[in-house]
Amino acid sequence: MQTVTSPALSPIFGRFTIESLPLHEPIVVGTFAMVAFGGVVLLAVITKFKLWGYLWTEWFTSVDHKKIGIMYMILGIVMLLRGFSDAIMMRLQQAMAFGGSEGYLNAHHYDQVFTAHGVIMIFFVAMPIVTGLMNYIVPLQIGARDVSFPFLNNFSFWMTAGGAVIIMMSLFVGEFAQTGWLAMPPLSGIAASPGVGVDYYIWALQVAGVGTLLSGVNLIATIVKMRAPGMTMMKMPVFCWTALCTNVLIVAAFPVLTAVLALLSLDRYVDTAFFTNTLGGNPMMYVNLIWIWGHPEVYILILPMFGVFSEVVSTFSGKRLFGYTSMIYATLVITILAYLVWLHHFFTMGSGASVNSFFGITTMIISIPTGAKIFNWLFTMYRGRVRFELPMMWAIAFMITFTLGGMTGVLLAVPPADFVLHNSLFLVAHFHNVIIGGVLFGAFAAINYWWPKAFGFKLDTVWGKRSFWLWVSGFYFAFMPLYVLGLMGVTRRLRTFDDPSFQIWFIIAGFGALLIALGIAAMLIQFAVSIRDREKLRDVTGDPWNGRTLEWATSSPPPDYNFAFTPVVHDNDAWADMKLRGYERPVTGYRDIHMPSNTGAGVILAGLSVGIGVGMIWYVWWLVAVSFFALVAVAIGHSFNYARDFHIPAATVTVTEEKRTAALAGAAL
Amino acid sequence: MSAPTDHGHGHHDDHGHHDEGAHGSRKEYWIGFLLSVVMTAIPFWLVMTQPIGKQAIAMTIMLFAAAQMIVHMIFFLHMNRKAEGGWSIMALIFTVVIVVIALSGSLWVMYHMNENMMPTMDMSQMG
Repeated sequence: MQTVTSPALSPIFGRFTIESLPLHEPIVVGTFAMVAFGGVVLLAVITKFKLWGYLWTEWFTSVDHKKIGIMYMILGIVMLLRGFSDAIMMRLQQAMAFGGSEGYLNAHHYDQVFTAHGVIMIFFVAMPIVTGLMNYIVPLQIGARDVSFPFLNNFSFWMTAGGAVIIMMSLFVGEFAQTGWLAMPPLSGIAASPGVGVDYYIWALQVAGVGTLLSGVNLIATIVKMRAPGMTMMKMPVFCWTALCTNVLIVAAFPVLTAVLALLSLDRYVDTAFFTNTLGGNPMMYVNLIWIWGHPEVYILILPMFGVFSEVVSTFSGKRLFGYTSMIYATLVITILAYLVWLHHFFTMGSGASVNSFFGITTMIISIPTGAKIFNWLFTMYRGRVRFELPMMWAIAFMITFTLGGMTGVLLAVPPADFVLHNSLFLVAHFHNVIIGGVLFGAFAAINYWWPKAFGFKLDTVWGKRSFWLWVSGFYFAFMPLYVLGLMGVTRRLRTFDDPSFQIWFIIAGFGALLIALGIAAMLIQFAVSIRDREKLRDVTGDPWNGRTLEWATSSPPPDYNFAFTPVVHDNDAWADMKLRGYERPVTGYRDIHMPSNTGAGVILAGLSVGIGVGMIWYVWWLVAVSFFALVAVAIGHSFNYARDFHIPAATVTVTEEKRTAALAGAAL
Repeated sequence: MSAPTDHGHGHHDDHGHHDEGAHGSRKEYWIGFLLSVVMTAIPFWLVMTQPIGKQAIAMTIMLFAAAQMIVHMIFFLHMNRKAEGGWSIMALIFTVVIVVIALSGSLWVMYHMNENMMPTMDMSQMG
């Protein structure tokens, strides 16, 4: 190790000392006080209403894909609040820090804020939301009872949550990376970043990465092996197809991230020289490798949303999706092309004209299948009986916004243009344009669309529309000025500015962020109001939107076993086909249903993984050793747990299904 | 039409255990084992006795390594075009495509960066 390592390494606390707590940063202390207060209130409420047992047995240890899906969504939304507070802090800083003003954030703090914002939004907001949606919807859409490996699913969720715990810890204990969201060396090397920040980054992502990879394996196996009889690949709902492609991308891409972060860890912990400037190391190799993961990652996020929009547009146009086959092939083409464009993230690093031309062209080619998808959605709407419900509104906002973002993307794909715009706010505007306009709008469409399935009542439309308009207008206010600033040459991640003529644009962008804040608030109010008025918004049919795919064939919320009888599929849009043919729900002949049992092993294993991560971050070696051996012991112990399944007796199924029969009869009156 | 059927979903759905001939015979394992031994022994012999040039030895070792991967896949993992309804071969093709893209792409990219960006570079060769 270099001299940068503190010589005073306590055998018990590692390099943690009381100075590691950011007590000198009033903003952090204030935040901590608020979070601690909120946390204590939450814990007190749970304890007062004796909810711990309920949460543990019904949720934390649950292997039910529906509950795990909902937990993923909650994690994503909670982390969205954290990531968004980082965003609004940056907007405020940049709107203030002009003409000699230093703003209110010092450089050390500001650099952590923009790093944390990126890391959290991608890994702990977008990824949990995408995984949660796939978890909830895919088994229902293919007529399955659960995913292929239910325990693995629970374990994956808790690993993702464990990563989130590590990153949240960095806010109050020590510091986070000040490197930007991809932690490029040599800045992230031990010489330039000797603190715990980059180690927090590495271990949060490594722990969460295990969860992401395993849930990818799980969902691929589910889609390949557990489709209802008759559902051939080309009769599968588009969302399942996009989920399959996304998980294939996850399984192929995430090991690259794991490996490159492992190499960076070796550089930092044991003084290897993979990415150093000296001893033959090459930091450019890190950039190359991390973008081999990083570019597929953006398709991992957007593909499932393409699936969401396909379902939403066809449902609310009352038509079968236009060009189903072309949609599938477009998705497959994007899956492969996702691996052929990574260099466009570093055109300016000097690979030369031949390499840049190749990657510029492959990047532009991606807009062809994507464009085909947009036209498919438009043609689905054409002559359809379009219902402008909230999911459809989000879908239309997506089509407009995403197309705009796609066009600026094609612009950036031109290497000479990229030499001007690289690392500028134009780039920042571009990727927010596609991630907010694509992934987040997709997530909101999905939440509004499938909420009634998950909870049995629709979401309130008044607050939903308020949230919609605030979000959409807020987005344009927040990011259009960044395009302008980027074209004027303003680079990203700056803390202070000299030229006062820029300030007005940053103030407009800050206003946009404020509108988005109100949009988020309106959405939370929408959830609260809907839960309050749930009886008024109740849907007993299980099919509130006149849906077309199998998840609408069962009750809302679906019973633990999803379907009393496995549906048989004859056509695309299986449920629409069944309704058309006068399907009658069977009411007798129920049988015992074989189900997986809950287990706490996932929570424990993930908790121990967090222990390893924290030990590694603070050089607390005993904690690493203890956690590691405990992890191995629990894993081996769990493999001897044979009480892992049970049968729901036919009598119980009959009771559940008869309730639904009665409810349906009541609804028909 | 669309009537639900319950066949295969009584007590019989033990997570869909029905491997399609994914078990090899003792003879297959022997062939695989012997091939692997030979393909390991030859590189060892090459390195220990150095009968050919270093570059050639490195190339031969890589060749044998690749060949041995194929042996493992056929004789130990029992992969063929029909295993798992064709999904195994599909997954293999996809993996090979991705690995080839990542490896050859990285070599290509890094080679050009090295050419263009190292301190001794000659600007006239840009591109």
